[in-house]
Amino acid sequence: MKFKPLYFAISLCFLVPGIISLLVFGLKPAIDFTGGSLIELSGEGLQDNREEIKEQIGDLYEISSVQKSGENQIIIRGKEINNETKDGVIAKLEEKYGEIEEKRFGTVGPTLGKELLIKTLTAIVIVSGIITLYVWKQFSELKYGVSAILAMFHDSLILLGAFSLLGHFYGVEVDVLFVTALLTTLSFSIHDTIVVFDRIRELRHRNQRLNLEQVVSAAVIETLSRSINNSVTIILMLLALVLIGGESIRWFAVALLIGAITGTYSSTFTAAPLLLLWESVRKKFKNRG
Amino acid sequence: MLKQLRIFLLIIILTLGAGFVALPNEFALRFNFRDFHLDKQVVKPPVDFNFLGRRIAPRWELKRGLDIQGGMQVVLQANMSEIAVADRELALESAKEIILRRVDMFGINEPLVQTAVRGEDYRIIVELAGISDSAQALQLVGQTAQLEFKLQNQEKASSPAATSSALAWLGTFEETGLTGKQLKRSTVQFDQNTGEPIISLEFDSEGTKLFADITKDNVGGVLAIFLDGFPITTPTINSPILTGTAQLSGNFDVESAKQLNIQLSAGALPVPIQVLEQRNIGASLGQQSVQDSIRAGLVGIGLVMLFMILYYGLRGVLASLALVVYSILTLATYKILGVTLTLPGIAGLLLSIGMAVDANILIFERMKEELRANKPFAHALELGFGRSWDSIKDANLATIMTALVLINPLNFNFLNTSGLVRGFGVTLLIGVLISLFTGVIVTRTFLRLFLKK
Repeated sequence: MKFKPLYFAISLCFLVPGIISLLVFGLKPAIDFTGGSLIELSGEGLQDNREEIKEQIGDLYEISSVQKSGENQIIIRGKEINNETKDGVIAKLEEKYGEIEEKRFGTVGPTLGKELLIKTLTAIVIVSGIITLYVWKQFSELKYGVSAILAMFHDSLILLGAFSLLGHFYGVEVDVLFVTALLTTLSFSIHDTIVVFDRIRELRHRNQRLNLEQVVSAAVIETLSRSINNSVTIILMLLALVLIGGESIRWFAVALLIGAITGTYSSTFTAAPLLLLWESVRKKFKNRG
Repeated sequence: MLKQLRIFLLIIILTLGAGFVALPNEFALRFNFRDFHLDKQVVKPPVDFNFLGRRIAPRWELKRGLDIQGGMQVVLQANMSEIAVADRELALESAKEIILRRVDMFGINEPLVQTAVRGEDYRIIVELAGISDSAQALQLVGQTAQLEFKLQNQEKASSPAATSSALAWLGTFEETGLTGKQLKRSTVQFDQNTGEPIISLEFDSEGTKLFADITKDNVGGVLAIFLDGFPITTPTINSPILTGTAQLSGNFDVESAKQLNIQLSAGALPVPIQVLEQRNIGASLGQQSVQDSIRAGLVGIGLVMLFMILYYGLRGVLASLALVVYSILTLATYKILGVTLTLPGIAGLLLSIGMAVDANILIFERMKEELRANKPFAHALELGFGRSWDSIKDANLATIMTALVLINPLNFNFLNTSGLVRGFGVTLLIGVLISLFTGVIVTRTFLRLFLKK
């Protein structure tokens, strides 16, 4: 634990750009949350004529963007529309570009989007609440609970920041599945932290003479290979899913992957050092008082 | 030792049984080796037997979610402004029945139609798999029900042509001008004398007059009630009814009376429906994603096994075997519980495979430490398991609780009910639970039996 400042510095390297991006660009919410419509079409010549397409169907409905997606595929986003308008749009484009396949269509009313936002926020509050209570019960000492939860926030912030950047530069949207990945990250984070803290507790019981710093160092070293090995297996699985897995869950897998990596890092290199930081700050206050 | 062997045998039997369940009902077996060629279509023998007088013939099919097989999901809002508060639940139920009836007639496989009440909002969620013509499907779902009272023409009915086909028989009924509009309400009641369920119809003033006219002139005739062009009941007029309240009695049991009442209420309490959300998923998109994801999963499992074997040697081999047991058990559990597999669900499955070896790694690392402390092997093994158990249990509890929030098993209104999110939660939960079993019990048995030094 000699390199405490280094660990915090590494964390900051990842946290700061993300936080700045969150503040400047924010997140790019999907129609799940905002309401609106999305049409994914596949057909020859669609990708190269995105500007024209905007104009051609602009009088049918209010379009916010026309993006490339897969091979010969585009995604049109805009205001909430009904099935009839969508069919009209496709018919009009087919006149110009020949046969078009409708890959995906979604339209969400604004009230439903708002509702979903509230529901997902509720889920986040409930999960973090349960985890907090659980950590508190497991480790009755406040410092363990606070450190574990700070590590959890650290992971969530990194994930949110990463998706803010991805959203700005690659147009990645935040949808219901992203929130699911976020919740899973919370449990990942706590999962690893509990293993490290369990070991710290156990070592403290066995070696009453050692000070906290020595115990934490020993516990971190002892659990390090387990933490890394376990992450390696999860990362191998998710990496395979990101690289060769299905198109439609790619960003979901990316979110899980980021969560898994930062979750592992934070339990060893954020939660444990925070524990020590807490202790040293407390001592300073004691000495002064 | 004998005990270990017994547990080992149990695990083998369990795995074989699960393997049988997990096998597809029909699959091609191809194998070529030099001159040896095997190309056979294997059909799994169906399970079908009687147990304590009950027929047990499970189908064990892996259900595919809408995002995989393609289809349409619509969230409909029912406009209840015209309906009295007390009748709203029934009106919603009726609207749902109507939709279910229509999509059934249309021949859609396993349609899912649910109602959801949230404060003042009455909603119907419809999931139709394999629909390609969304406009037609929407028409099917969105139309308000048409209830009509039609009188059978005695002359036409007595002609031999009327019984020749269903269509000809339907042709014998003629419009009366009396429709669902004039029907005020329909309720299930019980006959005071016989105690049998009857259905009571109440008409408005216009309906009362029309109904009186019809019944006066046609005692003994058949006044059928049509819903969306098909008769739901064909009662005979026993006597003229002038009061505007009619009773349908017959051989109803409570269930069929309720059912008929719901259908009649669809006419009496028509609710206009409006589309709140619609999602169409083309079938090709899902198929490709599934194939890619399964391939990714296989590559991932291979890499995880390779890693475990390279890092832990023989113990890694045993852990990989436990992982195979894990995969088979998981797949069988999906089939037995009827889990609907979605793409996020597949991601949850793969994630849980990655996490399944976590328990093994915890235990192996612990064993290494004990061995380093010069403990004898058998002792180190038991200590490794014993000491790791607390961590394993504590750590997995957080994941289990998160998964439960995602699944929302009690259908709390304030939580998500999206099929995709649930799909992920369910596979994650099943994965974690089964991995506790394979990661600890199965691996321990393998190690105790096959590792001596």
